[in-house]
Amino acid sequence: MNPSRRHAGKTLTAVALGVATLGFAPFVQAADTIKIGVLHSLSGTMAISETVLKDTVLMAIDEINAKGGLLGKQLEAVVVDPASNWPLFAEKAKQLIGQDKVVVTFGCWTSVSRKSVLPVYEELNSLLFYPVQYEGEELSKNVFYTGAAPNQQAIPAVEYLMSKAGGGAKRWVLLGTDYVYPRTTNKILRSFLHSKGVKDEDIDEKYTPFGHGDYQTIVADIKKFSAGGKTAVVSTINGDSNVPFYKELGNAGLKAKDVPVVAFSVGEEELRGVDPKPLVGHLAAWNYFMSIKSPANTEFIKKWSAYAKAKNIPGHKDKPLTNDPMEATYIGFNMWAQAVKKAGSTDTDKVITAMAGQTFAAPSGITSMMDLKNHHLHKSVFIGEIKADGQFNVVWKTPGPVKAQPWSPFIPENKGKTDEPAMMAAKK
Amino acid sequence: MSTVTGAAPLGHPERSERSAAGDAVMLRYAQDDMRVPHGLVRRWSGIAVALVVVGVAVPVANLLVPETGALHLSDYAVQLIAKIMCYAIAALAMDLIWGYTGILSLGHGAFFALGGYAMGMYLMRQIGSDGQYHLPMPDFMVFLNWKEFPWHWALSDSFVAQMALVILAPGLLAFVFGFFAFRSRIKGVYFSIITQAMTFAMMLLFFRNETGFGGNNGFTDFKRILGVTIATPQTRMVLFVITGCTLIGFYLVARAIVGSKFGRVLQAIRDAESRVMFTGYDPLRYKLAIWTFSAVMCGVAGALYVPQVGIINPSEMTPAASIEIAIWAAVGGRATLIGPIVGAFFVNGAKSVFTQYLPEYWLYVLGAMFIAVTLFLPQGIVGLFRRVRR
Amino acid sequence: MVLGCVLLSGTAWSLTPQQARALAVGETEERIAALNAQLAGADEKTVALIQALSDDAVKFTDSAVIVMKDDKGHDPVTGAEVAVPATAEDVVNNNQMRSELDSALATIKLFSKDDKVRAEAVKTLQGEPDEAKLPLVEKAYAAETVPAIKEAIGHVRAAMLLGSADTARRLEASRSLGESGTPATKTLLLERQKVETDAAVKGAIAVALGRIEGRLKWGERLGVLFTGVSLGSILLLVALGLAITYGLMGVINMAHGELMMIGAYTTYVVQNLFRTWLPGWFDAYVIVAIPAAFLVSALVGAVLERGVIRFLYGRPLETLLATWGISLVLQQAVRTIFGAQNVPVENPKWLSGGIQAMSNLVLPYNRIAIIVFAVLVLAGVALLIARTRFGLFIRGVTQNRRMAACVGVDTAKIDMLAFSFGAGIAGLGGVALSQVGNVGPDLGQSYIVDSFLVVVVGGVGQLAGTVVAALGLGVLNKLLEGLSGAVLAKIMVLVAIVIFIQRKPSGLFAMKGRSAEA
Repeated sequence: MNPSRRHAGKTLTAVALGVATLGFAPFVQAADTIKIGVLHSLSGTMAISETVLKDTVLMAIDEINAKGGLLGKQLEAVVVDPASNWPLFAEKAKQLIGQDKVVVTFGCWTSVSRKSVLPVYEELNSLLFYPVQYEGEELSKNVFYTGAAPNQQAIPAVEYLMSKAGGGAKRWVLLGTDYVYPRTTNKILRSFLHSKGVKDEDIDEKYTPFGHGDYQTIVADIKKFSAGGKTAVVSTINGDSNVPFYKELGNAGLKAKDVPVVAFSVGEEELRGVDPKPLVGHLAAWNYFMSIKSPANTEFIKKWSAYAKAKNIPGHKDKPLTNDPMEATYIGFNMWAQAVKKAGSTDTDKVITAMAGQTFAAPSGITSMMDLKNHHLHKSVFIGEIKADGQFNVVWKTPGPVKAQPWSPFIPENKGKTDEPAMMAAKK
Repeated sequence: MSTVTGAAPLGHPERSERSAAGDAVMLRYAQDDMRVPHGLVRRWSGIAVALVVVGVAVPVANLLVPETGALHLSDYAVQLIAKIMCYAIAALAMDLIWGYTGILSLGHGAFFALGGYAMGMYLMRQIGSDGQYHLPMPDFMVFLNWKEFPWHWALSDSFVAQMALVILAPGLLAFVFGFFAFRSRIKGVYFSIITQAMTFAMMLLFFRNETGFGGNNGFTDFKRILGVTIATPQTRMVLFVITGCTLIGFYLVARAIVGSKFGRVLQAIRDAESRVMFTGYDPLRYKLAIWTFSAVMCGVAGALYVPQVGIINPSEMTPAASIEIAIWAAVGGRATLIGPIVGAFFVNGAKSVFTQYLPEYWLYVLGAMFIAVTLFLPQGIVGLFRRVRR
Repeated sequence: MVLGCVLLSGTAWSLTPQQARALAVGETEERIAALNAQLAGADEKTVALIQALSDDAVKFTDSAVIVMKDDKGHDPVTGAEVAVPATAEDVVNNNQMRSELDSALATIKLFSKDDKVRAEAVKTLQGEPDEAKLPLVEKAYAAETVPAIKEAIGHVRAAMLLGSADTARRLEASRSLGESGTPATKTLLLERQKVETDAAVKGAIAVALGRIEGRLKWGERLGVLFTGVSLGSILLLVALGLAITYGLMGVINMAHGELMMIGAYTTYVVQNLFRTWLPGWFDAYVIVAIPAAFLVSALVGAVLERGVIRFLYGRPLETLLATWGISLVLQQAVRTIFGAQNVPVENPKWLSGGIQAMSNLVLPYNRIAIIVFAVLVLAGVALLIARTRFGLFIRGVTQNRRMAACVGVDTAKIDMLAFSFGAGIAGLGGVALSQVGNVGPDLGQSYIVDSFLVVVVGGVGQLAGTVVAALGLGVLNKLLEGLSGAVLAKIMVLVAIVIFIQRKPSGLFAMKGRSAEA
């Protein structure tokens, strides 16, 4: 490279670096709005599941702003991307609360991300709404859990699989991603299975890392294990690992009527990336399916389709899908807004008090209620079978909403735990 | 002291003239560092200023100035600067092996993380029974159904033992790995790739819950250190000051190394290893020594990082994290010692700003930085300043 | 069609509206009972209705049952067209119902005139031996003429007889089941073993199980070998491009993974184009994607070479860092254009499913295709380097750049073309990856470390090394995985590589001669 070009290149680079440094200058505060934090992975292995939740929050904010906002002020979203990186979740949470001064955050999917940010929310006394099914074993004053606890998802699903209608399974493969949610859920399920007389040699527990892509050996192992008796697979695989797993299942010819697979983290959105035809009959357990017929659901789907088209959201603008965590986010957001109105302020402690007992007409067809004490919603459980078009057939449901048991009775260490968060003493 | 001439070394005939010229320029800058005494006065006054900033100015701005005051430094900013200082120590370590010895390691993140984990183990024990399950074991062991501590947690209750591990664990790994690698004369790109393999293997190992290091969760939710609550501004400030002093201390040590005869041999190894061998030195000993020392530096940096950031997990061991350490050194200026510190601050500062306000553009900027620095700014920012001053 | 030629002996009852309703509407248990009751005397219309139920093509209202065919509703009893009211609901089958429907259909198909249909039907019945169907199966056994199918029906019959009250029959059943060698039979025998009281029968069951285990073991071993070769073929495709650029040119390209990702995204775009403009030819999109991905990746490679890498020859560590920066830019560019999430790439029909090589070994078509593809690409590259002018120039420039320039070879152009070529091969690797895994901006990151290790282990300068290293690492990985799980296997392979490099720093097939590295 000739010298003059090199010199120009250097100058340009220096200027560019200088401009970047100027970025250090603090930004002026915007107009007086209520700031709402959105803490979902927009890239990385969890983006397949979490991105749509960011858009759900934005849609809910637009809805409320159109009605005049809250307490006379407009709502403003502060969106950050923690990129499926747990330490980054904690850092972004600190930034949202400390720098951006958000009054509430809607975020997290994996239990790891939630556990990473929990100390931040407790220390800085802010609010987190967590919309995803999880393993329980946690109850924090600063978190509202709008997703299912194990007794609202995992246990009813296993009971269904044991029943004749579900296939009468005698052997169980517990397959999950290697982190706290699958580990704890499987611990609870193993204890539950023991209580139903299933022996340890009929339970096979397997874990794969996040982002794992090669399921050939595992599918072969499942086939081998199933030769010992009617087998069902309980899958707590998370994120985009589900796609290669289901592809491998389909290619290996493992049909649902031979070895049914029930997944807790696979919904309409995760099925988008796979050809559903070989998966027909495999199951998922949620508290909401897009195929549920109810007036509230029809309206929810209509709102979402219009929003997705208007905002050009990739994927949803042509084929809008709604799923359980979206519904849980939507319910949580509306309940929060209602609580703020009731409390007359966005102060954390006042809103926490006002949240108790909030109700909302949920798209799943029930009237959702926030428990008076335990920060969880009462939810109905639905079991759905995958259809050839990627939607779910609801094949079973609980007669009515089920109250959450965040401290599972199947874990002996939980004896004596109360059903409400311990008041955190001031740390400072 | 004999000075090395600026002539291009008789290298491999296939090496292009451009790179030989680049090496010559690098050598000239290395010589400049040796200029005394004007440089020395400048250097010691700089260090005094740094000590005052770290030890006095920042604590005052954070703890004493009220929050609404113009000079107040927010807790968030203090934590950010502390984190970047830990990174700066790692970048300094990288400069010692890459800038001065010519060994590019793409696996230093593993040493950083090992030090962090050693500290993390101690902090997890300090949680005591205040975890979610109110048992004296860390939460992740409870959900794994372990009834007692595995063997590698045997010493985790003792602060002194764990601090020894902060130095021993990365040091031992580096020593063994380096011994075998350098003995087989693995150099250059091949060496970089196997360091990548090493950190990748470590990462996979630590991601497994069965390994006993918290798996994907890692360690988090720390409560106390040495009995003192971590989450108070005072404790954080003490940690901040300790980190700052450690950084300055390591800088001084690095200076001393580089200025000594040992340092000269290192630079000779960087420039013409075969010739060093022909003149009778055994490069293995020198490379191994500096490699192990730099790994220990990273380990210490990691140990300081963990209580301030509040979490450690195997994502610190990804190859990408290690490559970023290399870029801090490159952007700041290799073989200058102050350069990597500047580079660490610059790149991480830019990262914080961009991911906050323009997250979609951050990777473009970072990628462009890599390309621009290698193409146009081989001496980094510090080199640019020196050129401008000239 | 085929079902139309099925008629069971005895009275063929004509389907009545009540019977149709009993099959379609109500509790699963009741529907299954109705199904079994109607099976013996099923006529064409009943069979057609059962088939439609199995295809999820039946709706119902308060008064009628409607079979959907080509978006038009038909009455199952009369066959006449009927209007489909808006309130008509879909008949929902859960897994249990679906099982029973398939089983019923299979039993009916046992009497089909077509050999293939009968063979398929027997396979389906093997999984679900139901004593209720025994009389029909006995009939089919007696009527069967083809020996292979007769044997298979015999196994089904034996499975059903395993639960019979007669000890002699159970003994005979156990013995004959030992020949079948399928996992389904193993399941049956294991379950029977738990409840069996007669000692002789127990012994026979144990012997039968032993024989089945032996056969199944072979299936497992071949399975491990196949998965190892499959992984090896993917590693080969992924590392081949890198072997060319590094081996032949000394350029360490950390953006290699992103060039693969670009190939995979090209496949995605081609898929979408086919879906929009040529839906009838959708299954051919992969064929078109191959040259498309090659060209796009090669183009990007050419731009990279001319724009950045050209200035860094002879400085491998700088090339490493600069190409890492390029990889970040490429990833972000793809995120900006396509979004940060993964994009769905569907396997075309001829790549879905697999061959049932043995009873417990299914070889998926997409993996077989990738192995074939890898072999073809390897052959193509080897031919190109060994036999063409271009290959000659590449070899010349690699071995002695100055001399080649003196002889008149345009080294700059050859550099660019060779790099583009390597990039194009990476693109082909991306096409293969799109068929077996996720396509997202992070696709390259998952494979970059593996591809480097293959090149390093195989040695630089010879393609044979890359091939041996790729296959070796693939098979080794899968062997270990069976023993200790995926993660530990990977760790062990990495440690093995690090140790291997100590012993042989230049890899398996190193270039001989004095190439002193300064």
